[in-house]
Amino acid sequence: MIGNLDISVLQQLWWLIVSVVGSLFLFLTFVQGGQTLIFTTARTEEEKSLIINAMGRKWELTFTTLVLFGGALFAAFPLFYATSFGGAYWVWMLILFTFVVQAVSYEFRKKPHNVLGARTYEIFLFVNGSVGILLIGAAVGTFFTGSRFSLNLYNSVTWGTAFHGLEAALNPFNLAFGLFLVFLARTLGAMYLVNHVAHEALVQRARRASWINLLWALPFLLTVLFGLMTMDGFAVDPATGKVFLEPGKYLHNLLGMPAVLVLLLGGLGSVIYGVVATGFLGRNSGIWFGGIGTVLVGLAVFSLAGYGNTAFYPSLTDLQSSLTIYNASSSKYTLTVMSYVAIAVPFVLAYVAYVWKLMNAKKLTLAELTGEDAGEMY
Amino acid sequence: MGDQILTTVDWARAQFALTAMYHWIFVPLTLGLSFLVAFFESIYVKTGNDEWRKLTKFWMTLFGINFAIGAATGIILEFQFGTNWSNYSWMVGDIFGAPLAIEGIFAFFLEASFFAVMFFGWHKVSKRFHLFSTWMVAVGSNLSAVWILVANGWMQFPTGMSFNPDKARFEMQNFWDIALSPVAVQKFTHTTSSAFLLASLFVVGISGLFLLQKRHQKMAQRSMVVAAVLGLVASVFVAFNGDESAFHIAQRQPMKLAAMEGLYYGQEKAPVVALGIINSSKKPGDNLPAFHQELKIPGLLSLMANRKVDSFVPGINDLVYGNAERNIVGAQQRMVSGKIAVAELTNYKGAKEKGDAAAAASALERFNQHKEDLGYGYLDSPAQAAPPVAITFYAFRVMVGLGTLFPLIFLLVLYSAYRGTLEGQRWLNRACFACLFLGYVAQQAGWVVAEVGRQPWAIQGLLPVGVASTKLAASNVQATFFMFLALFTALLLAEIRIMMKQIKIGPEA
Repeated sequence: MIGNLDISVLQQLWWLIVSVVGSLFLFLTFVQGGQTLIFTTARTEEEKSLIINAMGRKWELTFTTLVLFGGALFAAFPLFYATSFGGAYWVWMLILFTFVVQAVSYEFRKKPHNVLGARTYEIFLFVNGSVGILLIGAAVGTFFTGSRFSLNLYNSVTWGTAFHGLEAALNPFNLAFGLFLVFLARTLGAMYLVNHVAHEALVQRARRASWINLLWALPFLLTVLFGLMTMDGFAVDPATGKVFLEPGKYLHNLLGMPAVLVLLLGGLGSVIYGVVATGFLGRNSGIWFGGIGTVLVGLAVFSLAGYGNTAFYPSLTDLQSSLTIYNASSSKYTLTVMSYVAIAVPFVLAYVAYVWKLMNAKKLTLAELTGEDAGEMY
Repeated sequence: MGDQILTTVDWARAQFALTAMYHWIFVPLTLGLSFLVAFFESIYVKTGNDEWRKLTKFWMTLFGINFAIGAATGIILEFQFGTNWSNYSWMVGDIFGAPLAIEGIFAFFLEASFFAVMFFGWHKVSKRFHLFSTWMVAVGSNLSAVWILVANGWMQFPTGMSFNPDKARFEMQNFWDIALSPVAVQKFTHTTSSAFLLASLFVVGISGLFLLQKRHQKMAQRSMVVAAVLGLVASVFVAFNGDESAFHIAQRQPMKLAAMEGLYYGQEKAPVVALGIINSSKKPGDNLPAFHQELKIPGLLSLMANRKVDSFVPGINDLVYGNAERNIVGAQQRMVSGKIAVAELTNYKGAKEKGDAAAAASALERFNQHKEDLGYGYLDSPAQAAPPVAITFYAFRVMVGLGTLFPLIFLLVLYSAYRGTLEGQRWLNRACFACLFLGYVAQQAGWVVAEVGRQPWAIQGLLPVGVASTKLAASNVQATFFMFLALFTALLLAEIRIMMKQIKIGPEA
C-alpha cells in the first residue's frame, strides 16, 4: 500500500514525521528549562531537589526524543545528516557535550562520593538547559539563514568557515531563535513544576516565573517572526530543481499554506493562554496548553522550512548545494520500509502517555524525597 | 588523500574507538543486569519475601548508576556517524539510518518510559505493574542492542543493497536480507549473551566480596546462585556461538580470520596458534617469520573455518597478493580493477554534468564491470588491505582464554552453593571478585577483535575508512578527542567511586 505512493509523497510524509518528532522534542525541553530554574526559582536546597526530581523523571524522554530525531533524520534525510553534522561540527559537538553531562548529572548529583560535587552536576544541568538549547535554536535558525558549505559531485561536504557551525550563533536571527527557545523552555519548565509539584512557595514562584520568562521570550520571538516575514528565502524551482533567492519567501509560504498560518497562530495563542492560566488564573493545567502550543509552533517552523518548494538547509556559498526534502532523502524503498515501521509510533505514544499518567497521578512532595526511597531520589 | 586527511582519519578512528570502548564498559552491564534485576524482582513478587525486595533494590541502584552513563556515552556514538564520518553517512545512510531509527522507536522509548516506573514507581503503581516495568526495561535495553548490531553486522557483511552511481551511494534493496543477515543474528546473540555473562560476573563478584567481608551473607549467596545459573548458561552459549562466529568470519571476512591467527601463508590442515609471540616487524609479502615463539594445534583452524580438518585456509599474503592456484583474487588485483571503477565513476559523473549522454553511458558500462572492486580502488597499497595483526591476534586470545575460564567459575559457585560451602570458600570468592574485572577485559577484547580485525574497511570491501570520514582539519577532531577523553574519564572515575560507596552501604541500609 505505502509502496504505491509516489516518492515525493513519501518525502513529504517523512518531513512531517521528522517535524513531529522535532516539535515534541521542543515541548519536552521543559526538562532543560526546568534545569535552569534551579538557580533562579528555587530558594532552598529542598526546593532545588524538588525541581531536579520533578524534571529527573522525564529527562530520559527528552533525551530519547532527541536521539530519535537524529535517527529519523539519518534514516529519511541522510544527506542532511552528513552535511550538517559533518560540516557544522563544533555546534553539534557542543550540543552533544551538554547532553552527555546532563545524562549523568541526575543520577550522580546526590550520590555520595560523586567526585565532582553536587554543585558541578547542577552547573552541568544549567549548561545543558541554557547553552545546549541556545545552540539547538541557532542550528535550527540556519534552516532559514543558511550556512557556508558546498557539496561536490559525490555529495561530500566542505564547510566554508573554520568555526564549523559556531558562526551560526553570531547571526542575530539565529541568536534570537536560540534565546527564544531558552526562555520558552524555562516557561514550560515553570508550568510543569506548577502542574507536578506540591510545595506552595515554590509553585507560587514558578507561576511568576512562567510569565516573566514568556516576557523575556517575547522580544526574541518578535525578532524571529519579523525576520521570517521580511527575509529573502531559499526557493526551489519545482521544474528544474534549481535553488534561487526569493524575497519574502517565508511570508509567501505562510500565506500559501494557510494551515501553517493556523498552526503558528494557534500554537502561539495556546502557549500564551497556558501562561496566563498558570500565572494569573491559578490553574495547574497550563503546561498542556503550553506543550500543545509549542508542538504546533514547531510544526509551523519546520513546515515553513521544508514545504512549499523551499530548501530546508540552504547553502550561502553555493545555492545549488542547498538541501531540499527531495534531494536529501533516502531512496523510495527505504522511505517505504520506514513508513511501515512508523505505523508503530502511535502505539509508542500511547504507552508513553499511559505511563506518564500513572507516574504523574500524585504530585511530588518533599515527603517523597525524604521517605523510604530517599536513597534512590535525585 | 593528503597527509592532513590521513591524520584526520586517524583522529576520527581514535575518537570512535575511545567513545565506543567507553560506551561498552557500561552497556553490557545494563543489558545483563536488567534481566538479573527482573529475575530478582520476579522472585520477590512470587514469594512476597521482603529480603528479595531489598536485594532487588540494591542491584537496581547499581543498575541505575551504570545506565545513566551508558546513555550519556551512547548519544555521542549515534551523532558521531554524522560529525566524523559524513561521507559514510551519505554513502550508506539509506541502509544504516533505518536500523538506528527503528532502535529509537521500538527500544529506547520502552527503556525511557518504564525506567522512571522502575525507579520511582514502587509506591505509585501496583506490585505487578512495577515488575512488568522492570521486565520492559530489560526487554527495551536488549531490543536496542538488536538494531545497532544489525547495523554493525551489515558493516561486516554488506548485503541486501546495490550501488547507485547517480547518487554515489549504496541503497537498500531488501530490508529482510539486512535485518535477518546471518552475521547480524550471530552478532546479536554473541554480544547479548556475553553481556549476560558479564552481568553475572558482576553480581557474582560483588557477592563474593560481601562473603569475604562477612557482610550481607544471605543476600550475597542468593544473588550468587541466580547469577551463576544465568552466567553458566550464557558462557556455554557464548562459547558455542563464538565457534559459529569463527565459521562466519572464515566465509565472509577471511582477512580478519587470518589476522586473528597471524596466518600469513594459507595452508591445508591450518593450525590454531594456542599461544604465541607475534613478530611485530613482520609485514605482508616479506620473508620474516610471523612468530618469535608459537604453540600450535594442527588442523584446528581448518576445522573451525570450514568444518574440515584438511581444508585450506587462506593467509594474509594470499588475500593481499592473490593465489592463482587456489583461485584467490588478492587485494593487489582488486585494486587495479577498483581504480578503473573509481575513474569511470568520475567520468560518468563528469559526462552527466556536461550532458554528454553517450560518454556517460559508456563510462557507466565500464564502471559496472568493475564496481564490485570500487572500495579497493581507494586503497594506496595492497598491504593496506590487512588489519593490524598483533592487536587482533592478542585480543582474540584474551577473549577466548577468559571465555574458557568463566564457565568453570560459575560451575564452582553452583557446586559450592549446592554443598552449602559458599561462605567458607575464600579462594573461590576471591576468584569471583577478580573475574569481575576480567569480564570487562574480555568484553573489550571481543570488540577489538571485531573492529580492529576488519580494518581498513568501514564497510567490508566497499568503503575504506579514509573515504568514509569527514573533511575536517585534524585539529578539530584532536580537540574533541581530548575533550571526550577527559570528560569520560572523569565520569568513569565518578561512577566507580559512587558504585564503591553504594556497595559499601549495601542492601540492608
